Amino acid sequence: MTVATKPLVETARRPLGGGRRFSLNWLGAVPFLAYVGIFLLLPTAIVVGGAFVGPDGLTLSNLAAMNKPYIIGAFVNAVVLSAASAVIGAILGAALAYAVVTGNPKGVLRRLVVSACGVLAQFGGVTLAFAFIATIGLAGFITVWLQQHGINIYANSLWLYQLNGLVLVYTYFQIPLMVLVFLPALDGIRPQWREATESLGGATWHYWRYVAGPLLAPAFFGGMLLLFANAFSAYATAAALINQGSIIASLLIANTLTSEVGLHQPGLASALALVMVVIVAIVMVLYTVLQQRTARWLR
Amino acid sequence: MSLGLGVRRLSILAGALVLLTACGQTTSSTTSAANAKSAADVGGMDALVTAAKKEGKLNVIALPPDWANYGAIISGFTAKYGIPIDSANPNGSSQDEVNAVQQLAGTTRAPDVLDIGMAVALANTNLFAPYKVTTWNDILDSQKEPTGLWFQDYGGYMSIGYDSSKVPAVTSLDDLLGSGFHGRVALNGDPTKANAALNGVMMTSIAQGGSPDDISKGVDFFHQLKLKGNFVPVQATTATVKNGTTPVVFDWDYLSAAHGADVPTWKVFVPNNAILGGYYAQAVNKQAPHPAAARLWMEYLYSDEGQNLWLKGLARPVRMAAMQKSGKVDSAAAAKLPPVNGTPVFLSADQATKAKDYLASHWAQAIG
Repeated sequence: MTVATKPLVETARRPLGGGRRFSLNWLGAVPFLAYVGIFLLLPTAIVVGGAFVGPDGLTLSNLAAMNKPYIIGAFVNAVVLSAASAVIGAILGAALAYAVVTGNPKGVLRRLVVSACGVLAQFGGVTLAFAFIATIGLAGFITVWLQQHGINIYANSLWLYQLNGLVLVYTYFQIPLMVLVFLPALDGIRPQWREATESLGGATWHYWRYVAGPLLAPAFFGGMLLLFANAFSAYATAAALINQGSIIASLLIANTLTSEVGLHQPGLASALALVMVVIVAIVMVLYTVLQQRTARWLR
Repeated sequence: MSLGLGVRRLSILAGALVLLTACGQTTSSTTSAANAKSAADVGGMDALVTAAKKEGKLNVIALPPDWANYGAIISGFTAKYGIPIDSANPNGSSQDEVNAVQQLAGTTRAPDVLDIGMAVALANTNLFAPYKVTTWNDILDSQKEPTGLWFQDYGGYMSIGYDSSKVPAVTSLDDLLGSGFHGRVALNGDPTKANAALNGVMMTSIAQGGSPDDISKGVDFFHQLKLKGNFVPVQATTATVKNGTTPVVFDWDYLSAAHGADVPTWKVFVPNNAILGGYYAQAVNKQAPHPAAARLWMEYLYSDEGQNLWLKGLARPVRMAAMQKSGKVDSAAAAKLPPVNGTPVFLSADQATKAKDYLASHWAQAIG
């Protein structure tokens, strides 16, 4: 009742408010705003607040600790890992999506690839790590079989349990995710545009350089940045695979929360999470700038 | 009719009276259980058992069934007193236990009792209720907090366990740098996080000429292992030992020796020049939802029966010396303990602090 009467009062009070009537449209956004508030803004506020709290009250020491070499190392590793898996995932994923699109839009191949990608893009975490450990892990059956035939895939280094290994494992869910986000953009490209290019005397190169390329670039780079954020925030896959050294930021946060040898520092964990938020924010700003530039072609 | 009514009324009254007295008893005994500093405070062991049975449940946390025989201890307690045990997060760390006490405070799911590493015990004494088990005097003064906030329970020595069918025999730490150990050597956790792993690096340091005050030699050694490609950055568990991912593991001897059940060729080696001992501690949650059951659990663990169960899990129970004197020790189980020759070293709180600070800034670099 109160909700219904309030707007009437409002409109009565400001009859000349630009001739606009008070609208109830905003009510529809309430669930969304509540959701964003509870699951995004509130946790962010807790993290930001927590970053300034130490064992003895308010402090800046958590943020001051960010310049320690092992913390910087964890962030550098996380950025390198995310960037590498995003670039590889985006290129291979886009290529796969293009191959699918050139086929029959209602064909079996497309439906198969799309549903497989839907499953594999979510196939992260402990299950994925286990799949790699069981096949090409140190005692994995492929590793053992190859050893019996004189090939040791770990002769030089235990690469699966290092950053290189994580890049490989991450691309396993990055490629399918790229296919899913890039397919709609490819579907938007009309064959007539290619025909128009050709009728104007353009070659394949001209088509890609001046027509398809600029049109697809925002979707491509947008997809790549999504992959970056996806990898940057991933935790369980890495945690199940690598137990030593907390080599990436998300592992370091987990370690500062659960250490039983006296390195339990919730404030430091919040500060680390805050830096992660800042890095993702920078990525999002870059994305906006990039999109404004490339969006010119779509006007 | 009226007579019948009167009788009914009377019986209701009598029932209410009985109920009231029953209620009175329950409240008085549980309040005293929550504040009881010994079984005598509740009115003796029998009263404690009755009170615990009334609560009907016990919450434990971070007790892996294959760790120090906890599987048998948990089922032994339930069989003896008929009190079911809710065992949460069996693979959690000591810090996970403390986090659960804080986050679940006031709920019926909060852990009643804790089994924690000494660093965590000393840092969180404000969460514990003081309690002295009946066998309190058998525990050495250096192994308990004087009021009973925490008291050590079982321990052992840091060791190197290895599968003799996969790697050459280990007779010294330097053997591990050889080519026969390529991609073989692991720790039980990350030393900046897990107590067992920290002690593994510390033992290495002592064997390599460092001291309990200086863990850097151990970190250097693992750096060498990493450069040779011998170090595996995987947490050693029963599963990784069984499937051969981690055929060489630094771990407490009692945990390591238990792998012999799965891998008959498993051997445990404790270097004579670096016998590093470590004990865990028990504590009762100050806000335990089942205060009487929590105290009864302690009495069970520190009874001859509980101590011998730990011993069967190859852990050295804290009352072992006293029980050897009284002849109550399970001598068959004691004979199975890995042999140790030399004087053991125990880390002081300061030494542990120094070690973790050094590890925090150097470990990632050494093995990354």
